[in-house]
Amino acid sequence: MATTEVERRRGQLAALSIAAVVIMVGVPLWWRTTETYRAWLPVSQINELANMQLQLSADVEVVFARGTVTPEQQKKVPLTQTQDEEHTVDENTALRYRYEIRYRTATVMEEDALDQPTAAEADLSLHTLSESPCGSLVVYVIPESSSLLPEDVDVYIGQRRTALLRIGAQMRVGRTLEQLLAHLEPRIKQVLQVMSFSHTDITAALSDRVRLSPGNKESIADSMRAFKSSPGYEITFSLLNPDPKSHRLNWDIEGAVQTYIQPLLTKLAPVANFSLDSQTLYYAMLGVNPRFDSSSSAYTLNSDSLAHVINPVEARLGSNAASSNPVLNFLLYVPDAHHSPLYIHDNKKQEVPSNAFHSPRWGGIMVYNVNGFYRPEAVLPVDININMAKVMGVFLAQLRLLLGVQSSTAPPGFLMAPCGSTGLADWELDRLMWSRSVENVATATTTITSLAQLLDQIGNIVINDNIAEQVSSAVTSLQLAVAELEAGNLGFALQYSKEAIMASERAFFDPSLLHLLYFPDDQKFAIYIPLFLPMCVPILLSLLKIVSEVRQKRREKQAKKD
Amino acid sequence: MAAHRCSYSAFLLIICSLSRFFVADSQETTLTGDNHAAEVDNPQTATETAGQTAEQPAVEEKLWEATEEATPDDADTDKQDTSTPETAAPSSVPQPKDDFQEELVIRPLHSGDIYTSFQFRTLWETDFMRGNKVSHYRLFPKSLGQVISKFSVRELHISFTQGYWRTMQWGQPFLPSPPGAELWVWFQDSVTDVDGTWKELTNVLSGIFCASLNFIDSTNTVQPSASFKPLGIGNVTDHRFLRYATLPREIVCTENLTPWKKLLPCGSKAGLAVLLKSEKLFHSSFHSQAVHIRPVCQDWQCKTTSWELRQTLNVVFDLHTPGQGKREWSLFKMFSRTLTEACPLASSSKIYIDITDNPQGEQFEVSPATPLLGQAMVLGDRRTFSVYDLTHQITFGTVRSLNLLIRWKSSEGDMLRPLLHGERYVAGYGLQTGEIHTLMYNNHPYRSFPVLLLDSVPWYLRLYIHTLTVASKGKDNKPSYIHYQPSKDRVRPHLLEMLVQLPPNSVTEVTVQFERALLKWTEYTPDPNHGFYVGSSVISSLVPSIVAMDTNSTREQPLFSSFFPCKEESSYFVRVYTEPLLVNLPTPDFSMPYNVICLTCTVVAVGYGSLYNLLTRSFQIEEPSPGLAKRIANIIRKMRGVPPL
Repeated sequence: MATTEVERRRGQLAALSIAAVVIMVGVPLWWRTTETYRAWLPVSQINELANMQLQLSADVEVVFARGTVTPEQQKKVPLTQTQDEEHTVDENTALRYRYEIRYRTATVMEEDALDQPTAAEADLSLHTLSESPCGSLVVYVIPESSSLLPEDVDVYIGQRRTALLRIGAQMRVGRTLEQLLAHLEPRIKQVLQVMSFSHTDITAALSDRVRLSPGNKESIADSMRAFKSSPGYEITFSLLNPDPKSHRLNWDIEGAVQTYIQPLLTKLAPVANFSLDSQTLYYAMLGVNPRFDSSSSAYTLNSDSLAHVINPVEARLGSNAASSNPVLNFLLYVPDAHHSPLYIHDNKKQEVPSNAFHSPRWGGIMVYNVNGFYRPEAVLPVDININMAKVMGVFLAQLRLLLGVQSSTAPPGFLMAPCGSTGLADWELDRLMWSRSVENVATATTTITSLAQLLDQIGNIVINDNIAEQVSSAVTSLQLAVAELEAGNLGFALQYSKEAIMASERAFFDPSLLHLLYFPDDQKFAIYIPLFLPMCVPILLSLLKIVSEVRQKRREKQAKKD
Repeated sequence: MAAHRCSYSAFLLIICSLSRFFVADSQETTLTGDNHAAEVDNPQTATETAGQTAEQPAVEEKLWEATEEATPDDADTDKQDTSTPETAAPSSVPQPKDDFQEELVIRPLHSGDIYTSFQFRTLWETDFMRGNKVSHYRLFPKSLGQVISKFSVRELHISFTQGYWRTMQWGQPFLPSPPGAELWVWFQDSVTDVDGTWKELTNVLSGIFCASLNFIDSTNTVQPSASFKPLGIGNVTDHRFLRYATLPREIVCTENLTPWKKLLPCGSKAGLAVLLKSEKLFHSSFHSQAVHIRPVCQDWQCKTTSWELRQTLNVVFDLHTPGQGKREWSLFKMFSRTLTEACPLASSSKIYIDITDNPQGEQFEVSPATPLLGQAMVLGDRRTFSVYDLTHQITFGTVRSLNLLIRWKSSEGDMLRPLLHGERYVAGYGLQTGEIHTLMYNNHPYRSFPVLLLDSVPWYLRLYIHTLTVASKGKDNKPSYIHYQPSKDRVRPHLLEMLVQLPPNSVTEVTVQFERALLKWTEYTPDPNHGFYVGSSVISSLVPSIVAMDTNSTREQPLFSSFFPCKEESSYFVRVYTEPLLVNLPTPDFSMPYNVICLTCTVVAVGYGSLYNLLTRSFQIEEPSPGLAKRIANIIRKMRGVPPL
């Protein structure tokens, strides 16, 4: 009897140990061998990025010219003030603007420069004296009596990073410096808003991250017009000639690009890389039939039909084979002889003087009428040289709009210098760089956080080492960009934010993320059922048996005790 | 040994002559009627010299805001403004650096089919390899220009073909192409990572032409050492920079034609391209469209070079349907369109009809009749053509539309047998081994000539190269040059190139045995029982010509006769593609992986179950049961009342 008991005992132990081996070795082994590889991601840093506290710092120098401060006021300068402005955009995003304002009096050389007859010349000679770094500003406060500015102008904004500010009429000698500064402060703020960054610009740049409350229509249109920030753009000029039988068009695009477009692009080089090309498309028609207006004996395109113009043309434009950067299209349409002249009408049925329009985030179209050349004696096709100055003026203005160089309407009393041959003032570039850096940071953080979220949610995705590497480098670049923005180094901030955006996009669009995405768990388990079922059933049954025997024994013991 | 050396030098000769690019065809345009105005026009004389291009807008206008804000003034001053910079005077027009020609050749075939061949050529005097990134396109398509400059392409040849060219019935095509897609590219010698560039290039081209060229990878790409020499200028013949791939399975359809048409300057809106209606073009026995880009010489001394883009489209229509009685065809019947104008951008726009076999009009009748006749040397034969010049309004007659019509009178006539042609088939039975037979026919009555045979076989057919035999007229024919690159599983295909001398009036048979490999289950195509394609063999050769050739490449000549460069006057270059092969591979049952898992699991479970039973059951010793005799004895003893045993 004892032997059977021993034998039973041994059987129970064997069953238990097999169950233990299966649970402790088999299950982890199976788990490990069927697991997908997931590299480590800096999740905590990504979560930190989701909560963004962005601080923008701008250096401002306020220079008092002779005659604006009294000698005792002069003793107290130079002095430095720091002004902070905080905005909460939404629960995860907060903005802080810090202006470091340094006050000093003008040097002798600057006084000389300010003695120039006109503001433009003063601006130029001040620029030659000292070049202020990217992102900073110099405001010269000039006396009331100065002849530099016209009567009704209080502020002159130059081509570089300088502004001339006329001291208010009521400011006379005898007041304290504090009062003077308090008087100047709102106007300096105003200058800063125009020349550096304004809250509306920055919140518009954050649109990728923050859902904006629908403001007024115009500001939305403004923010939708410009292209999204990208490390590079392709600019394509296309000459559309729907009627090569009637006119043979020559455009000196090579020269025009060199003269008009290239200086602007050279100036914009820190923001993005640009590549330029041009093509001529024949028999390219507009999508709508223009209406004949008998009163002016011309064909007209109404503003509501302009939306249909682009689609059929776009099929001919062709995508860029060499890169995947966004393409800015500029089309010059020369209407065919039977639909000429052609004018674009705006909402108020008025002729658009430039005869051009642009489409947000796509490009611009200009209609160029050549009907003046169809003389009765002319032999078809007529050779026509296109006036590139006229065309490029329009395209340049459209290019500025589409790139987000906004010529914000100046407050009353402001005079802006016409920007020079480059088509872009230094402070406009700064403005663009501020908003582009913020936009890049916002886009990259959204990309990285949503990627992290996605990878967290779908456990099947393989995360290779290169993706983890890209994510980490994006996170590092983002942190650097935020730090540089805080320190006021605009150039570096933009550089790092560009790196961040590129790394984050590369990680997000990596094809290896798709490999096992559609391998659901239930199929994996179904395949292993033939193994699991016959293995687990005896184990479970014997475990149940052991449990019931143990219970029986306990009951018997209980009964014996009673 | 001497014979060997001799044939080796013959091979060298071929290499040299193939690597040159001079064209050896000629055309003498003769005017048979009195219409002298219809002489071939020379675009260069019409326009004046470039040099007065400096009449450009004044530089002070370059301030952008002047034009933007001053546009109302601009509109007012437009009238005066236009008088200075926008001159309509032809004297200030710069000579365009690009040139476009279009051409259609129609050849009635002896089989009753019609062979139509479109060629569009864009020449552009430019340098893609300049450091200057800005590029401005006029006639040349921008997408291809970007491809050339981005990937440093020296030459690019791509063709999409539906159907197989029947050489024995139709003769030689002007431009041969294998069924499916073919792509071969010579890269500039500045390219360091040729394989990476090739991979990227195929992906980009796949997007441009809407084709599955992205399936070109290292397993179907080869670097032929001799068969594909550059057709344009350039001395680099190092085959490290050459990549060749075919996709015999590629189906060609409308979606490939549309992007191809988009590359034409006039699109399909004017000129010969209006005939390209896809519902007619694909209702044909053979359809082949191709794009060839290469650098060529502008003049005889080759002082200036330019890029040539040739777009060709070859179609064979089967219009001779029995039961219809009358044999006639017209442009309208073939394309459901007639011609009304030439492309205004084309410097030359012509239609050629091959009337060589019909000198007296006894076989067919062409209407409207043309006074213009042309002769061209094409593929070693002197052909006569009726020429219709679309740039002259008189061609279209009073109805302002040209609808060429041919009425057959008799169907007699014999075709000149093509001198070279090839065939290929798979022999053998079962799914383990097989044999590839390639037959090359030399139909020349008395001359032998060498041919280069290129075979690219996928890795899953493992060639036994020791079984390679080359035999003609029952005798062993030793190839004078063999270049063989063995395959690597899942990495690269077999490449077999050899130079074989074909004796006159003979058939040369090349056989090689192979073994079929087993693929991994993910490597099979979605329809594995259809079989696996093996691309066409390529036979390239200099075929002795019957008539003397002209080697001057800069003469005015039809486009169809001037593609393959030729140096020797006595022979011409021919490339022949054999049929692609369709080989069955052993195909597994595709539920196999699941079955294997199930079976393995079951076996494991059975083994495990018995082991488990052994380990956990308790065993007891049971009394062996007594034997039958003993039991019976016991029963009897029980009945007797005696104790049992």
